[in-house]
Amino acid sequence: MNEGEVLLFLQLKQVGKTFTTEEKQFQVFSNIDLDITENQFVSILGPSGCGKSTLLSMVAGLEEASEGTISLEGSLIKTPGPDRGMVFQQPSLFPWLNVRDNITFPLKGKMTKQEANDHADHFLKMVQLSRFKENYIFELSGGMQQRVAIARALAMDPKVLLMDEPFGALDEQTRHIMHDELMKIWQETQKTILFVTHSINEAIKLSDRIVVMGTRPGRIIADINVDIPRPRERSNLEVIELEKEIMSLLEGEINKVLKEELNQ
Amino acid sequence: MKWNLIIKRILFLVVVIGIWQLIFTLNIFEDIIFPSPFKVFTALYEGFAGGDFFVALGASFKHLFSGLSLAIVIGTIIGVIFGKSKQADETAGMYLIAMQSIPSIVWVPLAIMLFGFTEFAVVFVIVLGGTFVMALNVRSAIHNVPPQLTRAARTMGTKGFPLFYRVEIPASIPYFMSGLRLAWAFSWRALMAGELLSNGPGLGYTLSYAQDYARMDQVIGIIIIIGVIGALVDHFVFSKLEKTVMRRWGLQ
Ligand SMILES: Nc1ncnc2c1ncn2[C@@H]1O[C@H](COP(=O)(O)OP(=O)(O)OP(=O)(O)O)[C@@H](O)[C@H]1O
Ligand SMILES: [Mg+2]
Repeated sequence: MNEGEVLLFLQLKQVGKTFTTEEKQFQVFSNIDLDITENQFVSILGPSGCGKSTLLSMVAGLEEASEGTISLEGSLIKTPGPDRGMVFQQPSLFPWLNVRDNITFPLKGKMTKQEANDHADHFLKMVQLSRFKENYIFELSGGMQQRVAIARALAMDPKVLLMDEPFGALDEQTRHIMHDELMKIWQETQKTILFVTHSINEAIKLSDRIVVMGTRPGRIIADINVDIPRPRERSNLEVIELEKEIMSLLEGEINKVLKEELNQ
Repeated sequence: MKWNLIIKRILFLVVVIGIWQLIFTLNIFEDIIFPSPFKVFTALYEGFAGGDFFVALGASFKHLFSGLSLAIVIGTIIGVIFGKSKQADETAGMYLIAMQSIPSIVWVPLAIMLFGFTEFAVVFVIVLGGTFVMALNVRSAIHNVPPQLTRAARTMGTKGFPLFYRVEIPASIPYFMSGLRLAWAFSWRALMAGELLSNGPGLGYTLSYAQDYARMDQVIGIIIIIGVIGALVDHFVFSKLEKTVMRRWGLQ
């Protein structure tokens, strides 16, 4: 084992995805190279349709790569597995189970019922929902549901936490609270997080690193390390600077799409 | 509010019976084809007090219970096969709808020819009446499992048979409930069709017996019983169940 290999954690090598429907072939992106180190908080930012969700699904193992390879700690990813937890834009909780049973869902068979419950209680405390463990999903607000989804993903003790616009459906106020909570959880659990978002501000506020994707064809157009000390206030000059920089990158992409649409 | 509604419903009933009594008093129709409300209630009272209606109801519920249970089991199996196998659905899915659209009374001659005037023939008609609607609903239930939920389960390492019984089955319960409710309604109708042409015992048979003896009071009385039971079971069993499930599953 040489020095370089020790650092490898989540690695995407020349990854491409082409969807094949009856007659048509549609290439979402190709040649995606990405190396993510352990404990890193990485955001993926990009215009709608550039393939962010597809990329995340591929890391989750829900979609197969058409080209290239994805590996976690050296082993190839082909199928979903409990080493990667996913939080979707919609909470996707099981309505027939109460909050606690939702969280213990992935633990069944891996530990005793009692251990699983203790485990769930630990993570429920972390997302501040201890009082609601007996409640059913329909009794919770959107933000609370998303917190349960995060607790459920964490309870499997994954190596990587994949989050696809997890706060996209929440109101501004709740979103800020969730940001603070996610930061606390991240610092507490030391997870590696891959976070897809539409919001430049959200990406800057949370991430160590921002990967900006372009579209048509989908590709990485910028890979930015964010060194601004946390907590990052919106009024911070460095934050404003970075926001402008990313904005202009994205505007270029969006204008390109508009032009293409008009020329068709 | 609630009391208000109950009073309104009772008042409505009083008005209907009042009009009925009025028509009777005006002597527009012969008494033999248009009995008074009092005569019908007497027939009902006598039927129950003499025990005849209880015997008939007992037999009917026995038929219904056997037929409906079979219909639910067979319908669920067929529905799961069609829901899970695209091949099966493409090949025979259409015929399921064709079978479902056949009114249950159509099966009666067939049942009598196959099984004679037996209780088994009645049960057979009920099974055919309930199975297809159950199968169609179970099929939709499986098709309508939110893909989001199976995706979420897969990211937690759930696959194969555990995915089926831990996620797909519970996720399909709302449609399954609607299937149950419809299967009950269809079976109830099939039960009456089957029993009307049977040699008893059963409520439908009692009804045709009353017809043979030109007892319009009993005929109307039994029709009332059939309607009331249908409404009560739907309201207190199936509608309640369905509402509870829909609420829990966040569909309301
Ligand atoms: N199953 C599929 N079959 C065919 N095309 C697909 C499929 N899934 C996604 N696509 C296409 O791939 C492209 C990328 O989709 P994806 O959902 O990854 O975009 P996204 O970047 O997440 O967009 P958004 O920000 O709007 O969520 C889109 O053009 C979409 O139409
Ligand atoms: Mg997306």
